[in-house]
Amino acid sequence: MAAISPKMAEEVSQTAVPTPKSITLVISKFNPNHESSYKFVEFKVPVQKWTTVLDAILYVKQHLDTSIAVRYSCRQASCGSCGMKINGKPSLACYTKISELNSDIVTVEPMSNFPIIRDLAVDFTSLFSNHKKLKPYIIREDSEIVGDAKEFLQTPKDVEEYLQFSYCIKCGLCNSACPTMATDSSFLGPQALTQAYRYVADNRDKGKKERLKMVDESHGIWRCHFAGSCSKVCPKGVDPAMGIQLLRGYLLGFRK
Amino acid sequence: MIKMRESVIMKIHYGTALGAVALVAIHILFRMTQNFTVSLQYENVIANYHLLPYSLMLEVVLILLSIHGFNGLRVILLELKQGIGYEKIVNWGCISAMAVLVAYGSRTILMAGMGIS
Amino acid sequence: MERQSNREGVKGMLNPTRYGIERVAYWLQRLTGLGLLFYLIGHVIETSAIVNGKVAWDNMLALTQTTEGHIILILVIGMSAYHTVNGIRVMLGHGGIGVGKPGMPDYPYKAASLNYKQRASIWISIALAIIAMLYGAGVLFGD
Repeated sequence: MAAISPKMAEEVSQTAVPTPKSITLVISKFNPNHESSYKFVEFKVPVQKWTTVLDAILYVKQHLDTSIAVRYSCRQASCGSCGMKINGKPSLACYTKISELNSDIVTVEPMSNFPIIRDLAVDFTSLFSNHKKLKPYIIREDSEIVGDAKEFLQTPKDVEEYLQFSYCIKCGLCNSACPTMATDSSFLGPQALTQAYRYVADNRDKGKKERLKMVDESHGIWRCHFAGSCSKVCPKGVDPAMGIQLLRGYLLGFRK
Repeated sequence: MIKMRESVIMKIHYGTALGAVALVAIHILFRMTQNFTVSLQYENVIANYHLLPYSLMLEVVLILLSIHGFNGLRVILLELKQGIGYEKIVNWGCISAMAVLVAYGSRTILMAGMGIS
Repeated sequence: MERQSNREGVKGMLNPTRYGIERVAYWLQRLTGLGLLFYLIGHVIETSAIVNGKVAWDNMLALTQTTEGHIILILVIGMSAYHTVNGIRVMLGHGGIGVGKPGMPDYPYKAASLNYKQRASIWISIALAIIAMLYGAGVLFGD
């Protein structure tokens, strides 16, 4: 092993990790199978400038309370697993740094408008079923690759029409923030409606009529009132509010 | 009964809103043609009702606002609670309330316009 | 076992603190809509007094031409102005007008649909409602 010169050692000490400050992480704990209501449990967690809320939760899980239920996977805002309410607002735990919250008390709760499995983990069954209901795939008769068939060509302008909406990671934050979802259990939700637009706007797709008929029902697209909360919390810039209004433009005859 | 598509209902909702805005503006202007308190005196109001185009306009305003208002209420109630029975009650309840309000308002317009009092 | 729905309910729907002015505009639109519907019902009932003759009409006027009556009417004027102007914004938005164009999202992912035109329209709706109320107050209390 190479010896470290005194100069280098000095440099190392200059870039050393600063002493972590401590925050209070308040976690909502609830097991619907055994308990009738949730309770908040406080933990002291050391944090650095770069500590994310997910890091803090995992610190608690590793050192203080192993029983905490949390769903996570990629830790880089790609899988959409760690959505939760952080200080009252739906956010991705892996994408929210504690230093950004400007608070020594950070409260994490399960996302609203989804049934709770346990603690911070919620049930996505309705989100996925609504997503599937609106046929999130290209519909056209000649979509099967047979013989010498080639891919469908699109110009960059064609792609731009739907690209941002295809970035949805199905994290559910939009459904959690939506004011209609707060009371309407039959509403399709911003996530599914935006995905309907993603395919309707794709010029390879021929399922526009079918999808428009599906969203044009009493708990469909008309229950969106353009409050914009979905777009406010979307961590990927999908802008569900825009997608929904553009989709509705077809039903109102503003778009062909 | 044929079920109306939600898009048709909402187009009616928007249409009634735009129509009502224009006509309510005229309705308010009628109160501003003279001193507000004076315009509300019995003789002046009756004179308004006796003016056929104004009475017809009041009838249209009543219908437009009732449709728009009760459909708005229907939307809010449908979003608050769900269930087949509940939604049926809300839909029919709002249609009935709208019909009653239009009928009651029309009675006033008709009786005052014809001088029956 | 059916899991608890964990829906935020009316309280969460109406909470104005988390999602900006657009969310406030949403519930103000609802609130003013409900207020105006109740006024419409009341107005149809109060004006029906005309069919019972001058005495009945004057009695009804005596009830409504009070300070409280004027305050209610001023609120109705404000609600009408806000509901109309914001309603036109929402209607245009519903048609996809003024909500921005789809494009490549860039960090920090500001939503194009929540643009300054939308926010300015909301503030204009509120400002016009206040101006209309002040004008209404001038007319009602100036007489």
